Formats: sequence, C-alpha cells, structure tokens
Amino acid sequence: MDRNKSKYVTEKVMKVLMLMAVFLVFSFLASIIWTIFVKGIGSISWEMVSKVPGKDWNVSNDGGFLNAIVGSLAVVLPSAILAACVSIPVVFYMNLYLRRGHKLSYAARLAYDILYGIPSIVYGAFAFTVMVIVGMRASVLGGIVVTTLLMIPMMIRSGDEISKSVPDEMVDAAYSLGATKWETLKVVFRQVLPGMVTAALLALGKAIGDAAGVMFTAGFSDSLPSSLSDPTATLPLAIFNWVTMPDPFPDRAYAAALVLTVIVLILSLAGRWVTRRFTKNNL
Amino acid sequence: MEVQDLCVTIDSNKILKNVSISFPKNKITCVVGPSGCGKSTLLKCLNRLIDNTLGAKLSGRVMVDGQDLLKARDSELIDLRRRIGLVPQRPCPLPMSIFDNVAYGCRIHGMHRGKSELADVVETYLREVGLWDEVEYRLKEPATRLSGGQQQRLCLARSLAVEPDFILADEATSALDPISSKIVEDLFVKLKEKYSIIMVTHTLRQALRIADYAVFLYLGKVIESGDAKEVFRNPQNELTKNYLSGAFS
Repeated sequence: MDRNKSKYVTEKVMKVLMLMAVFLVFSFLASIIWTIFVKGIGSISWEMVSKVPGKDWNVSNDGGFLNAIVGSLAVVLPSAILAACVSIPVVFYMNLYLRRGHKLSYAARLAYDILYGIPSIVYGAFAFTVMVIVGMRASVLGGIVVTTLLMIPMMIRSGDEISKSVPDEMVDAAYSLGATKWETLKVVFRQVLPGMVTAALLALGKAIGDAAGVMFTAGFSDSLPSSLSDPTATLPLAIFNWVTMPDPFPDRAYAAALVLTVIVLILSLAGRWVTRRFTKNNL
Repeated sequence: MEVQDLCVTIDSNKILKNVSISFPKNKITCVVGPSGCGKSTLLKCLNRLIDNTLGAKLSGRVMVDGQDLLKARDSELIDLRRRIGLVPQRPCPLPMSIFDNVAYGCRIHGMHRGKSELADVVETYLREVGLWDEVEYRLKEPATRLSGGQQQRLCLARSLAVEPDFILADEATSALDPISSKIVEDLFVKLKEKYSIIMVTHTLRQALRIADYAVFLYLGKVIESGDAKEVFRNPQNELTKNYLSGAFS
C-alpha cells in the first residue's frame, strides 16, 4: 500500500513539474508579446511604417523606418529562397539517394550540426573577411549571402528530421511500382512539404530577427536600397541602434519590434495555411 | 521465377544461405518460418528492394523469364520491378487521392495516356480488388481516409494497375482486422488465376488455407519445400514438424 502511495505521489509531483514548465514557457511568450504589443502600439504610427527617416530625425523625430522594413525583407526573402534551393537537395540526397547509415550522410549530418551551432556573429565576421578580400562593400547582397549561410543549416536540420519520418513503406511502394529515385522523390516531397515549409519559416523567423549576421555585411542606411550593392538598414539592427544610442529612442525600437513580430506572425500563419491547403492527401 | 543459390549477408551476418526455390506459375507460394529466418529479406531480393539496405551483399541468381534480376542494370530494374508487384505489411497509400494512387504506376510508365482510358484502368483494378463500389463517388478523396483493409486493397489495385506477372505479399494481412484480412485473403485466391503470388506469412493457418506451394525457411536455409498439402500434412524434416506443431515460432 505504501509503495503504491509513493508511486501516486511521484506521478502527481512529476505532472505538476511538467505543467509548471509549460506555464513558464507560456508566460515567457505572453510577457514578450504583451510588452511588444502594448508598448509598440502606443508608439507606432502610419508615418513610422510608411516613411524613411527624416533628415534630422534624431532631433525632430520625423519620418519612420520603412528603410529597415524594406531592408529586412530584401535581405531575408531572397535568402530563404536561396537557402531552400541548397537545403532541399541536401536533405533528399541524404535521405533518399544515400542508403541509411552511409558514411557520407553521417559526415554531412556532423557538418551541418557544427554549422548550426556556430553563432551568427561568426558567420557575419567570416562573410565580412571574405567581402574585404574581394573588395565588396556592405550591401543588400552581403546581407543576403550571410543570411543564406545562416539559414542553410537550420533548414537542413529540420528538413532532415522531417524526412526521417517518411515511412519506409512509402518509399518501397514507389520503388516497387518501378519508380526511379527521382520519381520517388517527387512522391516523398508531397509528404514532407508541410514540414519543409514550416522549417523554412522557422529559419526565416530566426534570420529576420538576427542582428549580428547583418551587422558587418548589410551595413546601415537611412534611405531605401535601390540595388543589391546598396547598404541597407534592417529591423533588428535598427532596434539595436535605437536602444544603444547615448540618447535612446525606445518608442521607435518598440514600434520596430512590433513590426518585426507581426511580420513573423504573418509568415507563420501564411505558411500554415499554404501547407494545410496543399497537403490534404498526406499520411 | 526461380531463386538459385541465393546468399545474403548484411554486415557480415549471413541472413540467407544458399536458398534455391522455384516458384510455380499461377499458384500461391507461402514462405513460412519463425521470426528472423530471412523471409522478408528473401522477398526484398525478389524485387531488389534489398538494394536500399546498407551493407547487404548478395550472391546467386534470381531468374525472371531467363533474366537474372540481381545482375539487372538500373534501367532494366524499372521494368522488372513493374512486373513484380508488392503488397506491404502495413497498408501504405501514397500521399495522393484514391484515383491517383491507382493511376500513379501507369503515369510513371507512360501506360494508358488518355484521360478516359486511365479512368477505365482505375475502375477495372478497383473492381478487381472489390473496392469500386465503396469508393466510386469518392475517387478524389485522399487515400488516407480509407480504412486499413480498404487501404490494403488499394495498394493491391495500385500494384495490379501496372500489369505485373508476380505479386509479392509481405505479411499482407497481419495489420488488418479479421474481416479485412479474410477479404484480402480471398482476393489472393481469386487473383492466382492471373498472377503468380509469393506470400510471406507468419500465420500458419492462413498458409494452410490458401497455399498451393509452401517453403519452410529456418535460420536462412530452406528446410523443406513442395506442394503445400504435403509440406503441412506430411512434413519430412524434423524442424518442419516441430515448427508446425508449434514447438517454436
């Protein structure tokens, strides 16, 4: 009887601990979103999201941060496409073309795990060194290159996990009908597409909020970029600048944080909608 | 189809040892044996899905109409696999509609290119597996909405649509409820008129019910093979006798 009672107590204690962990995460998320929305909505205005900074914005506080919004999107969206173009073939090669447990896929997994763990500032510093060597200025292109490098391991890692969940029977079913590896890949792609889109969006969400990578490579500018070789402002770097200035601009920082959060939220919801719409046949 | 001196080693473990079997045409051959005896590996060799197993080394021959399957090049393998259908252990529809599942094989092989011709083929094979009446008005629905038994019959229809000569079934009824299992079993009996069926099964009773020819595998070796009635009712080998009497399974 005593033994059963202690089992019951353990069960209850563990359940409460787990619930507490869940609430802790929720409270983090809620407090971050609450702070950003309350302070951001109080500070944001149409002018802020529709205009570039005025000539003497740090004195008169006129204009907005359209330059940072456009800059962030100009850097991150092409990076997401480029990273997907590199990551998807890697994921499929490791999971479909190489047999399970192959040495090359082991080496590749080790490589992207290491890449995944490298901080973004190191990517930025590396890219900056290369840019100095080739004589390239801080620009949208520089930002795209480093953000792509940052996103590739994130996408491969998530994509790899998703691909492992494809049942062997599905692959065997396609092969046994006489499908080539490429034809089988197209079947598997349907199955992993929702997961891959989610992986891409998660990577995009992380990348759009990353300041360290673009600090050296994309530079900063108060005007809109007109070409790939122009330097550009990005939202996280703008927030960083406004908060760390000797005479800070917290209102602008909160408004920019709100815009950043809304962009990530819209992308996540859009991704979920797209995947639900196109994957009704999945296992 | 004939297997001659087939040896399979996976990571230095001998899985199949000099297996030789001649599978009779238009009959149901049941391969029985205890767990880990190499039944599924044998089946994987018959359509070369063993290629996807890392560390697998094969020797011997698997002859299909005079051609050695084990020596077939990738380009030849496509057609050879088309001729050897597979019904898996767990029903596994492809992530597409019911119609597209059956039409998939035809599409990749460029068979029945016309839209209405393809629709006729899909209907024919869904009827053949007794699924047409159940899915006639929901062909565009995802195949995953079907029950387990229906999915397994769909997998069979998908294999039949590419006009194979052989059907390999890897414990095809083990994941199904008794009623669905009976339907699939009866289907195999009906289909043997047109196809040669090679079935791996764990259920001795099933083998007794439907097998025309039986092979008893034990630790990677063929212990006994021949007419099913003879093997099951009058086994010659002591190991077969023990297995059939339930001494080991």
